[in-house]
Amino acid sequence: MIKEAINYLSSPVYSFTAFIVLFVIALRRIDIVGTKKFGLGLLIGTLVIFGWMISDPVFFTVISLPDNIPIIILNGLVFWSTWYSLYKGHQNDLRIAAGEPPIEGTPENREKVWAWPNLVYIELLCGILCTIFLIAWAIFFKAPLEEPANPTWAPNPAKAPWYFLGLQEMLVYFDPWMAGVVLPGLILVGLIAIPFIDVNPKGNGYYTFKERKFAITGFLFGWLALWIFLIQVGTFLRGPNWTFYGPFEYWDAHKVVAENNINLSEIMWIKLFNVGLPKNIFVREIFGLLATFGYMFGLLPLIYKKWGKSYMPRMGAIRYYIMIFLILGMMSLPIKMYLRWFFNLKYVLAMPEFELNL
Amino acid sequence: MSDEAKTSLNRREFFSFLAVGWITFGAAAAGMASLVFRFLYPNVVFEPAMDFIAGFPDDYPDGVDERWKNGFGVWIYKKDGRLVAMSNICTHLGCIPTWLPAESKFKCPCHGSGYYPNGINFEGPAPRPLERYKISRNTEGKIIVDKTKVFRYEKGEWSNADSYIEV
Repeated sequence: MIKEAINYLSSPVYSFTAFIVLFVIALRRIDIVGTKKFGLGLLIGTLVIFGWMISDPVFFTVISLPDNIPIIILNGLVFWSTWYSLYKGHQNDLRIAAGEPPIEGTPENREKVWAWPNLVYIELLCGILCTIFLIAWAIFFKAPLEEPANPTWAPNPAKAPWYFLGLQEMLVYFDPWMAGVVLPGLILVGLIAIPFIDVNPKGNGYYTFKERKFAITGFLFGWLALWIFLIQVGTFLRGPNWTFYGPFEYWDAHKVVAENNINLSEIMWIKLFNVGLPKNIFVREIFGLLATFGYMFGLLPLIYKKWGKSYMPRMGAIRYYIMIFLILGMMSLPIKMYLRWFFNLKYVLAMPEFELNL
Repeated sequence: MSDEAKTSLNRREFFSFLAVGWITFGAAAAGMASLVFRFLYPNVVFEPAMDFIAGFPDDYPDGVDERWKNGFGVWIYKKDGRLVAMSNICTHLGCIPTWLPAESKFKCPCHGSGYYPNGINFEGPAPRPLERYKISRNTEGKIIVDKTKVFRYEKGEWSNADSYIEV
């Protein structure tokens, strides 16, 4: 009964929404999240729930695939490092509010030590421990080798390496040009551009949350919701034929899910106006073109009114517009996901004649 | 003065040496580059041939036939007196879809694109239908599938007489 409810609720439309709501609440109530009590409670709660889930044979089968073990490790590390940085930031915020310098700025922490042996010793130790860990891992979990590759056959489900499963999940909602080239390119260029766009000196050399709310929230949203979360979906919740399966649901290859998707042009011309698709592709795609340009340019005045007035003078116009462009690019992914879930929208702009689909 | 002129090069000699040197270097570099370029191409290709003879049209029942899928990457589809050869490459990102006879559809294992038996996309992210290959009959009446020529639905090429045979 509970398991069926969890299966139902872990469908992306619910679990993604719940994840975003929890994310916003967590960053709003940093005074609760950033405490040791909360961290300990979260750890114990997660372990108890995980222990209960792992007792289910179906869940255990999926979770113990050699490919999926790194994801379990990744989950632990990501949530630990996120919580730890928020905890440190919260502590510093309290100190700054009380008029004290951040912990990293106290005289005893500003004292300098030699890289040799203090740092090099730790690095050596880390190197040895990582090597031992990798060797043990390689001995205990065999590489999932399969038969020789055959160009006319694909395994079902065909899954990317675990670190790319977020990208593969993204591809469900986009054309390969978008999700395979443009968006990953934007992610890389955007990450490289952060130090050049972000000229705010606050937070340099010390943890803080209050002083860098916008930057931290924006980064964590892209990282946790659009990368880590999608990796979870792609790993644990996608089975044969890339169909969605709940965590306790048997991967039945014959599960039938109706997911007929239609383009925006078909929704507008056929469903709304009840006429056929126009022959000329630019007339056919006029709504998609309008929506795309409206999203990329039409929103700019609204964004300026709400946030730009305070950000633009601080950052300069070029930095500001690059940042807005990157944020709009990032937000196009969740927007497209919701459009797919609610309206079965395949492509906003569908021009397969030019290999251009958005 | 004259001794000095013998031990060193004059301008003309210097440039001729320079030219010989650069030409030699250029030839060596070009030779190396051509070797590298040659190395990029395999000596033996284990790929199926681009065209094959697929027997008589009467050998095929109505619907989707999978007999050439593993050998040549082609589905034969026969319906309403027309026989076509379909590519088995998903138009989304090039995976190999699975034919599901029970559901009567093709379903891609990579991102969940679905196609009707005639190759029209209806599910998932696939932006366009499966491509069709050139198909014809030889003098014996056997089917010849030529994968070097593809016909794309969105370009209106499925009505091309080369993209199907009447049976």
